[in-house]
Amino acid sequence: MQIIDVRLGNDLYGIEIKYVNSIIVMQSITRVPKSQPYYLGVINLRGEIVPVMSLRRRLGLEDDVFSSSTRIMIIKPDDSAESVGLIVDEVNEVLTLAEENIKNINYDEKDSKAVFSAGIGKFGNDLINILNIPVIIGK
Amino acid sequence: MDVSQYLEIFIEETKEHLQSLNEHILILEKEPENEATINEIFRAAHSLKGMAGTMGYQKMQRLTHDMENVFSEIRNGKMKVTSDLIDVLFKGLDALENYLVNIQTDGTEGDQEYSDIIDALKQILDKGLGNVTVSAEKAKPDSQGTTAVSENTGKFKFKALKLEEHEKKAIAKATSLNLNVVGMTIYIQEDCVLKGARAFMINKVLEEHGEIIKLYPSAQDLEDEKFDFDFSALVITNETPEKLISYAMSVSEVKEVVADYVRLEEKEYGTYMESIRQDESGVAAPKGEKESLKDGSQKPQKQAAKPIANRSVRVDIEKLDELMNLVSELIIAKNSLVSYSSTLDQQIHTEFFDQIEYLERITSNLHESVMKVRMVPIETVVNRFPRMIRDLSKSLGKEMELYMTGEDTELDRTVIDEIGDPLMHLLRNAADHGLESREDRIKLGKNPVGSIYLNAYQDGNNVVIEVRDDGRGIDTEKIKKVAAERGVYTKEQLDRMSEKEIIDILFMPSFSTSSKVSDISGRGVGLDVVKTKIEALGGEVEAKSKLHEGTTFTIRLPLTLAIMQALMVKLSSEKYALPLGNIQTVEHVDKNEIKIVNNTEVLNLRGTIIPIIRLGEILDCEKSKEQDELFVVVVKKGERLAGLVVDELMGQYEIVIKSIGKFIKAHKIVSGATILGNGEVALILDVNSLI
Repeated sequence: MQIIDVRLGNDLYGIEIKYVNSIIVMQSITRVPKSQPYYLGVINLRGEIVPVMSLRRRLGLEDDVFSSSTRIMIIKPDDSAESVGLIVDEVNEVLTLAEENIKNINYDEKDSKAVFSAGIGKFGNDLINILNIPVIIGK
Repeated sequence: MDVSQYLEIFIEETKEHLQSLNEHILILEKEPENEATINEIFRAAHSLKGMAGTMGYQKMQRLTHDMENVFSEIRNGKMKVTSDLIDVLFKGLDALENYLVNIQTDGTEGDQEYSDIIDALKQILDKGLGNVTVSAEKAKPDSQGTTAVSENTGKFKFKALKLEEHEKKAIAKATSLNLNVVGMTIYIQEDCVLKGARAFMINKVLEEHGEIIKLYPSAQDLEDEKFDFDFSALVITNETPEKLISYAMSVSEVKEVVADYVRLEEKEYGTYMESIRQDESGVAAPKGEKESLKDGSQKPQKQAAKPIANRSVRVDIEKLDELMNLVSELIIAKNSLVSYSSTLDQQIHTEFFDQIEYLERITSNLHESVMKVRMVPIETVVNRFPRMIRDLSKSLGKEMELYMTGEDTELDRTVIDEIGDPLMHLLRNAADHGLESREDRIKLGKNPVGSIYLNAYQDGNNVVIEVRDDGRGIDTEKIKKVAAERGVYTKEQLDRMSEKEIIDILFMPSFSTSSKVSDISGRGVGLDVVKTKIEALGGEVEAKSKLHEGTTFTIRLPLTLAIMQALMVKLSSEKYALPLGNIQTVEHVDKNEIKIVNNTEVLNLRGTIIPIIRLGEILDCEKSKEQDELFVVVVKKGERLAGLVVDELMGQYEIVIKSIGKFIKAHKIVSGATILGNGEVALILDVNSLI
């Protein structure tokens, strides 16, 4: 499985490469009133309007501090033409994980945040939390 | 034969033919003697049958064939048009439509036989005629032989042609010059797809060997395919009829050709020769033989060869969408140039500013043209309504009449596709709830036949569609009662409401006043669906009513969906676009002029008290410091006004409307977003939903 390895704070997260359309630098974001709290607003991506989500807020982490390494991952979560942007602290590299190095975690049903994980990948000494993109973006 | 490439054409044309049949049968019901209508019906049915046969849809062909037999008998005056007959014919049309739907979904016509309809048609034929065989044979002309002298004189249709004065003259002239005048009737194969083009080719071949002085139907009609599968021609030639037949038969898809000499009677010949001689000796027309022949013959032929009417192209709507997108992009690019230019000095860069202005003009013209291309007359939606009203009239047992005006009013294609259902809903409502029963109408001294009106017209940048009936009107007391019973509002609230506000309750989800549920309407999902749909299209709907006089529903729709004029405003640091169409005026008022009445802020605007809405608070914008002078944008919805307080006005812009997508939720007044000249995104506010 090929994933893109991204960083939020000190933790590593993986996004399956099939979802990723492009990676862009931080843009000015237009706030959308009464949106879900984890959406920061919308951006202009080459003439298209794309909503942008703070992955940190979605995962219940501390709020973003934007820096020069902050990136927006443009994700296509389903077959429709619509995209969503995910803000991450840093994009590291593309990794190939063997199936046997990915473990599904038994999570507690009550832990609502755990459903965002599609498994834990082991790469060298690093543990990478592979994100369940459809769940994160879906309602 | 591989026909798949024709499938699309077949579907389109079948739709047109079915629509035409629907319309004309409706007329026929009212004017059973109308010959033009009967001919039109016959022609449409015949083409339909031919096309279905070509495409190999046998069941469809069979059914059309049986219907055609009935039409044929009506045309021959052997059968009377009755209401029963019309009912069966409509059932047949519905069946054909079902076949078509099947074909559209999976390319086959399905297994449905509709034998009940076929039997009913047969019965009608039997009753009307005594036997069926005559008509069945008639519809299929025998397809043998091509000899010049056939026993079947019925085929020599040219013999029945009526000749014009100048044509007779030309015949006389030709006879005197020892030329042959040959009449021909050419039968094209019934599965021929482009019969107009075939006819043209045949005529071209014939012209190589002589001059065509008459065509029936006319050359223009032939080109427009306004003929069954045969046409007649008179040719002046050196050749014999047999030769001409062989020339005509050399064109493919020709089934049969018959031809014979055409001569004038001795007496007529004499008179025409006399007048020709006079013409020639006359000073006014000193023309040689050839010219005089050409006068009568070649000129009209040449003219007709040039296609005059209806030069149109069918374009896939997706291509138009793409074009519209590109125009939108261009406008965004232009806007960014304009915004960049504001940093330059106009005195120094005059050339640049001239070009910008030029560019602005071109882009707005381009936008207008593309928009026009996307416009479709509303007729394509409403033309099925007369039939629907007829059916409703039967099933409800009420007499009613639909009057339509402004069918040529044009709307954007996307709107056209969506507007059908809401209109149908309103019409059904009018027929079912609006109009009283015949007895009640007579009691009230009204015309026993109810009237429903569908009027469409353009009003500035909007298109207005009105659905009006002269029925019982909306009983506001009844609405009040039901609303109170269902706990939608309290009695006190209802008593305070204006008549209009009470009528608006009808548009609330799951509210229907009809006490009994009919299969036409009254399930309580009517008007709110209409409202939602119209609002999704950026339009609005309003109801007005007078008890016992009738109800009017007025729908207002924007001409185009993609681009609009907007007033850009600032709320603290955020920019928003307000559609210009809703804006009445912009006022600069002192903050002390805003008073508080009943806990709401209001403004006395030249005698009218209007509510004040603080946009910034509604949209959770950062608090801006209180100013002494406020900008109030006065917006209008129907007859209601409201004042929106904004922090700054940025001016009027042409903006491209974009969706914010399905993933992000937003306040209900956010109707979309647009990209500004500097690449920033601004949200578009649908102020209608605020009032």
